[in-house]
Amino acid sequence: MQDQSTNKIAQPNIKLSAKDVHVAYSGRPALHGVDLLVRSNLVTALIGPSGCGKTTFLRCLNRMNDLISGCEVKGEILLDGDDIYGKGVSVEVLRRRVGMVFQKPNPFPKSIFDNVAYGPRIHGLAENDEHLEEIVRKSLRRAGLLDEVADRLQEPGTGLSGGQQQRLCIARAIAISPELILMDEPCSALDPIATARIEELIDELKERYTIVIVTHSMQQAARVSDRTAFFHLGDLVEEGETETIFTSPSDERTESYITGRIG
Amino acid sequence: MPNKHIVKAYDDELAELDRLIAEMGGRVEAALAKAAECLLTYDTEGAKEVRAEDKLIDQLEIQIDQHATRMLALRQPMAEDLRLIIACLKMSNDLERMGDYAKNIAKRTITISQAPLITTLGQSIRRMAQMVEAMINTALDAYVARDAQLAASVVHRDEEVDQLHTSIFREILTYMMEDNRNITACTHLLFVAKNVERIGDHTTNVAEQVYYLITGHQLEEGRTKADKAASVNVGD
Repeated sequence: MQDQSTNKIAQPNIKLSAKDVHVAYSGRPALHGVDLLVRSNLVTALIGPSGCGKTTFLRCLNRMNDLISGCEVKGEILLDGDDIYGKGVSVEVLRRRVGMVFQKPNPFPKSIFDNVAYGPRIHGLAENDEHLEEIVRKSLRRAGLLDEVADRLQEPGTGLSGGQQQRLCIARAIAISPELILMDEPCSALDPIATARIEELIDELKERYTIVIVTHSMQQAARVSDRTAFFHLGDLVEEGETETIFTSPSDERTESYITGRIG
Repeated sequence: MPNKHIVKAYDDELAELDRLIAEMGGRVEAALAKAAECLLTYDTEGAKEVRAEDKLIDQLEIQIDQHATRMLALRQPMAEDLRLIIACLKMSNDLERMGDYAKNIAKRTITISQAPLITTLGQSIRRMAQMVEAMINTALDAYVARDAQLAASVVHRDEEVDQLHTSIFREILTYMMEDNRNITACTHLLFVAKNVERIGDHTTNVAEQVYYLITGHQLEEGRTKADKAASVNVGD
């Protein structure tokens, strides 16, 4: 990313700022003028009913929407004050700084070791084999998986359970030392115990990383996040401290959604 | 909240909670009224009924607690639903204490019924009780109507109750000083007056809970403690 220190205004403890972000798919608007500040080392949850635009917004943050033909993104998104849609921005470098974990665990058809080593290898992050092994083990440990797989790192990643596969994907994401981790409904495919382990992991990860998580489960958003943003029909309706959003939200639409009411 | 829950049973359960609180509140108000009436005329039969009926109030507290706990576990309530359920848990506790105080008034009425009737004191205490009954009535109205301003108004009225308690306290002292054969009965009446004052305090708690459940904020202004009985001194 270019260092444009003259026009970089990175506020302390704001990792990412989105200003007036509009997204349309082949002319059909999906997001209308979203303003959001993502604070460093906190978990921000994006909630809202299906089709509200939360996943669309998430995918703007690492430019995954670039891969969708007909998708048009307008507005400003700054990562540490750098415009991620700026001229000359390398998308590969952006996606190193902003990692992503998906709904369905998607380990590569490789060994556990190679799954985690893939990113550091292609980015040339390891000085030698020992260093690479250290990175892999550290990532697996931080993802809470090392104890379970330490003695079988050469086995295929696809042989793990659902919950383990998801932790492997998290290890893979953190192996390249991202700053921001995006999670798109990371627990939807997992059982309650695996879910709880991921939630515990998220709690630990936020000391090192900033996390934005899209979730269908309000209870999960309530448990796991520090701040919550409620999306509805392409608008960001309300954003605030999770405790406030779930005990006394300001907007009636928020209250209706989180209490399970119509209208 | 004008809107209905998507799951109808959720609304039904909340309606049941409303009904239980309204019933418990109504019974407490009636218990206080009856206890004060019975004191006025030394109606010991009526007083015994007040004591017996307190069991119904206690049962309602248990029912409300169980119902609220169940809803917390099964519905994962949020926002106003959550505040409502927590408020009901706390209100049932206050209402149960209020019922106990009314029962205690009835018990003391039976105790002093052998002594000469001091009508003026009975009337003063009944007047205080009527003020508090009106407060209970308003607090319950505020709950049913979800009217935050009405709930807040109840809190201010407690000041008058406290002032009346202070003056009744002095009144009782004069009777004691006048004739020491009055002392036993008057000592019981001191407790009775205090009980009514405490019912008033608990009523403001109830009103504060109603205010919180509607607005999500605590009622800002502190309650002025106008009860000066604790400072009444020898020779005052």
